[in-house]
Amino acid sequence: MSASAVHSLWTTAAEPIDKIGAPDIEYGQLSPTLIVIGAAVLGVLVEAFVPRKSRYYAQVFLSVVALAAAFAAVIGLAAGGYATTKSGIVAMGAVAVDGPALFLQGTILLAGILGVFTFAERRLDPAAHGNRVDSFAAQAASVPGSDSEKAAVKAGFTTTEVFPLLLFAVGGMLIFPAANDLLTLFIALEVFSLPLYLLCAVARRKRLMSQEAAVKYFLLGAFASAFTLFGIALLYGYAGSVKYGTIARVVDGTVGEVSPALAGTMGNDALLLIGAAMVVMGLLFKVGAVPFHMWTPDVYQGAPTPVTGFMAAATKVAAFGALLRLLYVVLPGLRWDWRPVMWAVAIVTMLGGAIVAITQTDIKRLLAYSSIAHAGFILAGVIATTPDGVSSVLFYLGAYSFVTIGAFAVVTLVRDAGGEATHLSKWAGLGRRSPLVAAVFAVFLLAFAGIPLTSGFAGKFAVFKAAAEGGAGGIVVVGVISSAIAAFFYIRVIVLMFFSEPRPEGPTVAVPSPLTMTAIGVGVAVTLVLGVAPQYFLDLASQAGVFVR
Amino acid sequence: MENLIALLIAAPLLGAAVLLCGGRRLDAVGHWIGTVLAAASFVVGVVLFADMLGKDPENRAMHQFLFSWIPVGGFQADVAFQLDQLSMTFVLLITGVGSLIHVYSIGYMEHDERRRRFFGYLNLFLAAMLLLVLADNYLLLYVGWEGVGLASYLLIGFWQHKPSAATAAKKAFLVNRVGDVGLSIAIMLMFTTFGTFAFGPVLEATGEATEGKLTAIGLMLLLAACGKSAQVPLQSWLGDAMEGPTPVSALIHAATMVTAGVYLIVRSADIFNAAPDAQLVTTVVGAVTLLFGAIVGCAKDDIKKALAGSTMSQIGYMVLAAGLGPIGYVFAIMHLVTHGFFKAGLFLGAGSVMHGMNDEVDMRKYGGLRTYMPITFITFGLGYLAIIGFPGLSGFFSKDKIIEAAFAKGGTEGWILGGVALLGAAITAFYMTRVMLMTFFGEERWRNQPTASPAEPDVEPAAEHHGAAASDHVAAATGEPHPHESPRVMTIPMIVLAVGSVFAGGFFSIGDRFIHWLEPVTGHAHGHPPIGAAAVTASTVAVMVLGVGLAWLQYGRRPVPVVAPRGSLLTRAARRDLYQDDFNHVVLVRGGEHLTRSLVYVDHTLVDGVVNGTAAGMGGLSGRLRRIQNGYARSYAVSMFGGAAILIAATLLMRAV
Repeated sequence: MSASAVHSLWTTAAEPIDKIGAPDIEYGQLSPTLIVIGAAVLGVLVEAFVPRKSRYYAQVFLSVVALAAAFAAVIGLAAGGYATTKSGIVAMGAVAVDGPALFLQGTILLAGILGVFTFAERRLDPAAHGNRVDSFAAQAASVPGSDSEKAAVKAGFTTTEVFPLLLFAVGGMLIFPAANDLLTLFIALEVFSLPLYLLCAVARRKRLMSQEAAVKYFLLGAFASAFTLFGIALLYGYAGSVKYGTIARVVDGTVGEVSPALAGTMGNDALLLIGAAMVVMGLLFKVGAVPFHMWTPDVYQGAPTPVTGFMAAATKVAAFGALLRLLYVVLPGLRWDWRPVMWAVAIVTMLGGAIVAITQTDIKRLLAYSSIAHAGFILAGVIATTPDGVSSVLFYLGAYSFVTIGAFAVVTLVRDAGGEATHLSKWAGLGRRSPLVAAVFAVFLLAFAGIPLTSGFAGKFAVFKAAAEGGAGGIVVVGVISSAIAAFFYIRVIVLMFFSEPRPEGPTVAVPSPLTMTAIGVGVAVTLVLGVAPQYFLDLASQAGVFVR
Repeated sequence: MENLIALLIAAPLLGAAVLLCGGRRLDAVGHWIGTVLAAASFVVGVVLFADMLGKDPENRAMHQFLFSWIPVGGFQADVAFQLDQLSMTFVLLITGVGSLIHVYSIGYMEHDERRRRFFGYLNLFLAAMLLLVLADNYLLLYVGWEGVGLASYLLIGFWQHKPSAATAAKKAFLVNRVGDVGLSIAIMLMFTTFGTFAFGPVLEATGEATEGKLTAIGLMLLLAACGKSAQVPLQSWLGDAMEGPTPVSALIHAATMVTAGVYLIVRSADIFNAAPDAQLVTTVVGAVTLLFGAIVGCAKDDIKKALAGSTMSQIGYMVLAAGLGPIGYVFAIMHLVTHGFFKAGLFLGAGSVMHGMNDEVDMRKYGGLRTYMPITFITFGLGYLAIIGFPGLSGFFSKDKIIEAAFAKGGTEGWILGGVALLGAAITAFYMTRVMLMTFFGEERWRNQPTASPAEPDVEPAAEHHGAAASDHVAAATGEPHPHESPRVMTIPMIVLAVGSVFAGGFFSIGDRFIHWLEPVTGHAHGHPPIGAAAVTASTVAVMVLGVGLAWLQYGRRPVPVVAPRGSLLTRAARRDLYQDDFNHVVLVRGGEHLTRSLVYVDHTLVDGVVNGTAAGMGGLSGRLRRIQNGYARSYAVSMFGGAAILIAATLLMRAV
């Protein structure tokens, strides 16, 4: 066949295209995401053009303003009825604007603001060569221990890129729970994952550990993403579409129309089941459910603590949001297939996290396993498959994210010569030396343990109640047993802090700037308010608990 | 008018608050504040009584709603009062006798440093007791019930420097707790059965409940009554309660608080009427106690303990009458009121004797006191005649009616109960005559007798160091006593009570006044004893004469030895309160110790073993699982891959199944 014949085949196969229709984009309803992503791009420009001395201030200012503006936009949308009556699907079917999306976006943005505060903390480490330093490496690209690293430290470099990276991550997280087709879901996943991998690598102290954590996180994350992507392909093969609504209708059998190119595969249930399982697996990786949790302790421990706090809170919120939407909007017709499997996952996650946490000796690893156990508790609410299940998960995520950021912020305060003193033995007697800090940490631990009058109790009660009413009583029994096991290691830390003799060479508690104080203070306040008077917020979550289809 | 009801309680409650919080600056006037407020409550009671008399007998009950106390869903508890004829009777008795005893205490406690506090406790007792009888529901009654228990505890142990008083207070409190548990269970049963515990709804709804439930409630109420009213098997605390100052014994442990159990049973008449088994147990408890108390009273040489046995026995009569149902309720309350007069009078008389005898309580060291303290002798003597049922005096009317009602119960039960009541009357006459003879007649055994010597194994050393002894008789405290009449502030209340002892019974009985008064509340049925009412009365008088005669033979004709003889087996048993404490010690204390020890053993080995074993197991599991986390990304990836494979396989499997 000659070249011209080939050419004519190409030209005859496709009609010449006159014009591509411009997509309809509802900028107003997408504004929270657009503001954050726009600010992130601006942040990159700041890195390029603003003098080194002023970058820190410019970046902090830009980040806080952008996140606050985005939060205001979320509130505006919610007040405008987009969470309830006016909720809908925008951007050509790619993004949903509804109650759960706005609620979770608001939570992520608040977590982001507190995250920026902890990122911007510069009073904890002693000044290096007269320059105030934060938790991040002077120059991430320099080899640890090399001359170039020393030079960078001496020159007073700081990695202010962390702020735009955080903004990109937040941007991806905002889309993730709102994504209404599988491709948007995947892109959002990558948009927030990649900046997090980088952020994990830039610790100022223990740089090798930090880089190891980042590499592990990246490798395993990429592995999980591959599963997700393959699952998306299989689902497309099954339904002939990546749109949530269309897939759901094919599952229900209300769409009979078969795309000719996919005639061989459409409606093949094996594709549906395998594809759904693989996509769900990618999300379970992000929430840290057993057996996809193994990255969690290593990454939480290695990453700079402010990054750990932000990541532990916001990633979980975003990933559970996406999981909820996937299970409630795309796969409700399949719930008799996925519910028993998720039962099993929830049970091993709760028990696994709680049991392994017992023997941890590092406070960050302890909190990592605690976060695994909490992922199990939240899964119990997801399994309820009732409107109460959605709202209880929303409430739990909101409560949990503030406790988490606050707890990790406290971890940054307890320091010795080697930086943060994360080994538990060093926390002995902290209550005698710094009663206030120890008391605050005790509040967070009690909230993790789910003791009444803290937000942890209200959240746990809500998800267990929803699960029990949704017919998952067995999960609740396991959940309560796991809570009992988990209470052991939370209380053990409290006992260690208040009832052990302080060590002579023990760590000191650094006095933070108002930034970290604000993060911790907001964490404590939210924990207590949601614990003492949760009803308003439970109502809010329950109003926001309806997905648009 | 209804709004005055709360004032009845408020006055003594205010007194208690002022006296107990006021501190030392009120020491000089504290007793007057307490007495005036008690009297004020009495005046309010009289006003309400006058108002009540002006009304139609069927519509005399008044209600006052104060506030909603515990409004929780279906659980509604109000602070609300009900003043009907039954409550009114108690209000007048409590505030009337209470006021008299306040006056008496001014003299009796004159030299006690803590007199202000004493009056504060007395006022607290009045408030709690009034709350008990005025509450319109069982839960609020329970508050008063516990309140009088607290006041009783505080007053028995008022001289807390004496270990015996502190122990007695604790004992009274603990034994009462057993009864209190009964009351709380009864209230819970009422709530589950009727959904409420207000008197009106509960008592109206008794027809809807099964007899089994009502019997259970009735028995629990009876348990409560046994605790508060010192009935067998919870009688052991009353004798020791005599460690308290004598006015306390008169007011709380004779006239008012110990009769709360009778009030409870009569108030719950509808429940007991519908539960014959509970009624039968009630009569048995009453009959056993009336003999028990009487026998104990015969052997005691301590004047207050002899009177305490008598109190137990007389309340046994009331409980017996209350257990007889509608033929007995009215007489139970009537005997309660007359007993309130004469027993309070007897105790005040005993206090007066002790006052003049350096606080000696051993009657073997009294004798011939009638000439030294004539007013005490006369008032005590009138009380004595009333309690033994001398014709025409108060006790005669009320006790005779109970004995008649017991016979009228009918059948073998009637004969047994009536016989026991009759026998009790004989013993009553015996032991009261004994007290009378040993105290006021015979030779003056206190001559050349230094008092307060611990001669008796069963009599507590007379260590009641109240103020009078401490100052008036410092010189005489170790030597021979100088008996003398008490001051007027003490004798006047005794005189008033003696008047009541003489005339109250007759006043109540003429024209069946008391029956008509109470009938709208408790109901009344006329009982007809099989041998005829006149025969019963005649036998009562006959056995009374018999008892007096026997006592005269033993204590009047022959000199009373100063040191108690060894006595018969029964006497020795009675001196030890028929071994009630020994029984409690062996069965309850030892048994309880064994039970707790075995429970502790089970707790240590089994429960702790399971708990520690679980914890150790979890720790071991944790250590093993932890090793999976080896730090190699490749192992993590394998875990994820395996997990994904299982996830997919499980999902497919679910569909296949």
